[in-house]
Amino acid sequence: MIELIFADRCTGCNACVRICPTNVLEPGKNAPPAIARQEDCQTCFLCELYCEADALYVAPNCDEMVAVDAGAIAASGLLGQFRRDSGWHEWAGQSPNLHWRMGELFARAKAG
Amino acid sequence: MSLTLETDVLIIGGGLAGCWAAIAAAEAGAEVVLADKGYCGTSGVTATAGPNHWWVPPDPDRRAQAVRERNARALGLADPRWMARIIDTTWRTLPTLADYYDHSITAGGVPHYQSLRGPEYLRALRRYAEVRGVRILDHSPALELLLHADGAVAGARGLQRQEAPPAGRDWTVRAAGVVVATGGCAFLAKLLGSRNNTGDGHLMAAEAGARLSGMEFSTYHTVAERHSTQTRSASYAFADYFDAAGRPIDTGTDPDVTLPLARALLAGPVYATLARMPADLRAILHQIQPAILLPFQRQGIDPFTQRFPITLHGEGTVRGTGGLRLADEDCQTDVPGLYAAGDAATRELIAGAVSGGGAQNSAWAVSSGTWAGQAAARLAHGRGRRTGEAVDAAGGAGLRPTQGKGTGMPQAAQLTRQLYDGVRSEMLPYDKILFRRAPVLRRSSDTLADLWRAARDHLAPGRDATARVRAREAAALVACARWVTASALARTESRGLHRREDAAALDPAQTHRLVSGGLDAVWVAPEGAAVSTQVA
Repeated sequence: MIELIFADRCTGCNACVRICPTNVLEPGKNAPPAIARQEDCQTCFLCELYCEADALYVAPNCDEMVAVDAGAIAASGLLGQFRRDSGWHEWAGQSPNLHWRMGELFARAKAG
Repeated sequence: MSLTLETDVLIIGGGLAGCWAAIAAAEAGAEVVLADKGYCGTSGVTATAGPNHWWVPPDPDRRAQAVRERNARALGLADPRWMARIIDTTWRTLPTLADYYDHSITAGGVPHYQSLRGPEYLRALRRYAEVRGVRILDHSPALELLLHADGAVAGARGLQRQEAPPAGRDWTVRAAGVVVATGGCAFLAKLLGSRNNTGDGHLMAAEAGARLSGMEFSTYHTVAERHSTQTRSASYAFADYFDAAGRPIDTGTDPDVTLPLARALLAGPVYATLARMPADLRAILHQIQPAILLPFQRQGIDPFTQRFPITLHGEGTVRGTGGLRLADEDCQTDVPGLYAAGDAATRELIAGAVSGGGAQNSAWAVSSGTWAGQAAARLAHGRGRRTGEAVDAAGGAGLRPTQGKGTGMPQAAQLTRQLYDGVRSEMLPYDKILFRRAPVLRRSSDTLADLWRAARDHLAPGRDATARVRAREAAALVACARWVTASALARTESRGLHRREDAAALDPAQTHRLVSGGLDAVWVAPEGAAVSTQVA
C-alpha cells in the first residue's frame, strides 16, 4: 500500500489524486496530497508511474501497513524506478518496451 | 448541484471492454458518455496487466483449427461461432489503436499488435476515446440503473466521488442504450488491479431483470509473492516450489499449479524461487513487465537465487467464466437496451467451463465491447433517447433499505465492513472454493442469505461519498457470492474450473450451462429449462 509522499519532491500537481483508480488520496491545501483511504490502496504502483516528480512510494505489502524509513527509501534509488523501467515521460526511448517478448517466457519455460 | 446529461449511449466502466465499447459507439456516430468508478486509464484489471489477445490471421484453415482446439478444451459449454467472431473482430480492431500505442517494436518487421503492456494500453484507449469525442466521467461510480415502464433501460444514476465533498455530486445520465463493462467480481481478493471489481454491474443489471450464467466457474487462482499483489504468472513458469522444511513440492506436469499449491498452502507456508529463469531473460524482465520486480527489490529479495514465500490470490469471476447472460449476438442482456461486455458478461460462449484467462478474455473484451457499443449506437439511432418518458430507479440494497435501522443493527459503515468480511470468509478460503463440497456450500449459502437480508433491510447508503460507494459494493459482493454458491451447489459434478470433492467426475448429463439470478430468492436453472429451481 502507498506509504509515503515526499513533500520535498511533490509539485502539487495532484495527478496521483486524479489517476488513482481506488481514490486513496485527497488533494492538499497548499500541501502535498494526503493518504486519506490507505485501506483502499490496491498496491498497483500506477500512482508512481504517473508521478513525474517521483514523489510517491508504494510499499509492496498489500495486506498490512508497514513501517518505512523515508530517509533510506529516498537514498535507495528506488523512487521513480517504475517510470524509468517503463520508459515514461523523460525516459522515453531509454527503456524500450519489450512486452512483446512475453510469449518467449512461456515458451522457454515449457521447453525447460 | 447534480450533473444531469442526456446521451445516446452510456458506458459503465472504463477498463478494456468499456473503452472499446465507447470507441465503437462513437465511431458508429453516437454521442457517448463513459462513467468509471475510478480513473479511465488505470481502472480495471487490464491496466495493471499485460494482455495478450487471441490472434489468428485470416486464413480459414488456421482459424478453423484455432476454434477446434479451444472448443475441445471448453468441455461442451462453448460456442464455436462466438469464438470465430471474436477472432475476426479482434484481428480487425486492434490495429486501429496504432495512432495511440507505440507499436514501433516489431517482431520480424510486422507491428506486434496482440500483446500489449497494460498501463500503456489503457492510456492509449483513453486518448482514442477522447479523440472520438467520448465524454469521460472519472471517479463517477454508477449506483443504479433507470428503467422505462416497459422494462427497457433508460440510463443510470451515480455519484462523482471527488466532487462536492463530503457526500459527492450526484449524476444522472439518460441514454438509449447502456453498456455494463464493470469487470468481473474478485470478491476483494488481492488480485492485482481488482479492488474496484466488486460486481456492481452484476447487481445493477440483476435489479433491472438480467440473468447470469456460469457463475460456478469462478475458482481461478494466481500465484504471487505472499503479501504482494503481483499476480503476473509468466515468470512463475520458471518457478520451483518448496515447503517449510525445504522439501520440493511436486506440482505435476500440468502448467496449472493451483491445486497442488493450494493443498500445500492449506498445510503450511510455501516458498518459491525463479532460479530456472535463464540469465538473458532475467536481464530484460524489467522491460517486459516493469512492475513485477518492484516488490522484490523493495524487500531486498533476489527471486532468482533466493526462496521467498508465496500465496495464491483468488480471481472470482475475473478469469473465471461466469457473468451476465447474453441474450443475443449484440451482447444484449435479458433487459432491452442493456448490454454487457468484457468480464462483466459470461465468457462461457468462448471458453466454456475453463478459464479464458489471458488471450481469449482480452479478445473477448475487445470484441464484446465493440459489438455492444455498435448495437447501443444503432438502438439510439433507431429508437431515439426517449428522454421525455418518466423512469423508475431500479436500485435496492445499499441504497434504499426496506426497514431502516433495526434495533441493535450496526451503523452503515460497520454493517458494510461486516458484509465485506462475511463475503471474504465464504469466497476466499481455498478449501471452500477450490475443494467444494455440498455441506460446506450449503452453510455458505445460509450465511450469505443472512448477509443479503441484512443488506436489503438495513444497509443505508451512508453520508459521505466513500460510504455511499462502499455500501453498494457490499450489496453487490453479497449478491455475486450467492449466485456463485448457488450455481456451485446446483452443478453436482466436476467440470473445468468447477471442482466438487463430493462429485469428482464429469457427468455427461450436465453438459449444459447454468443460468442463475434473483436477489431475495436466488435461483439456478439449466439454460433453456422452463422451470427454475430455487435454492436459497
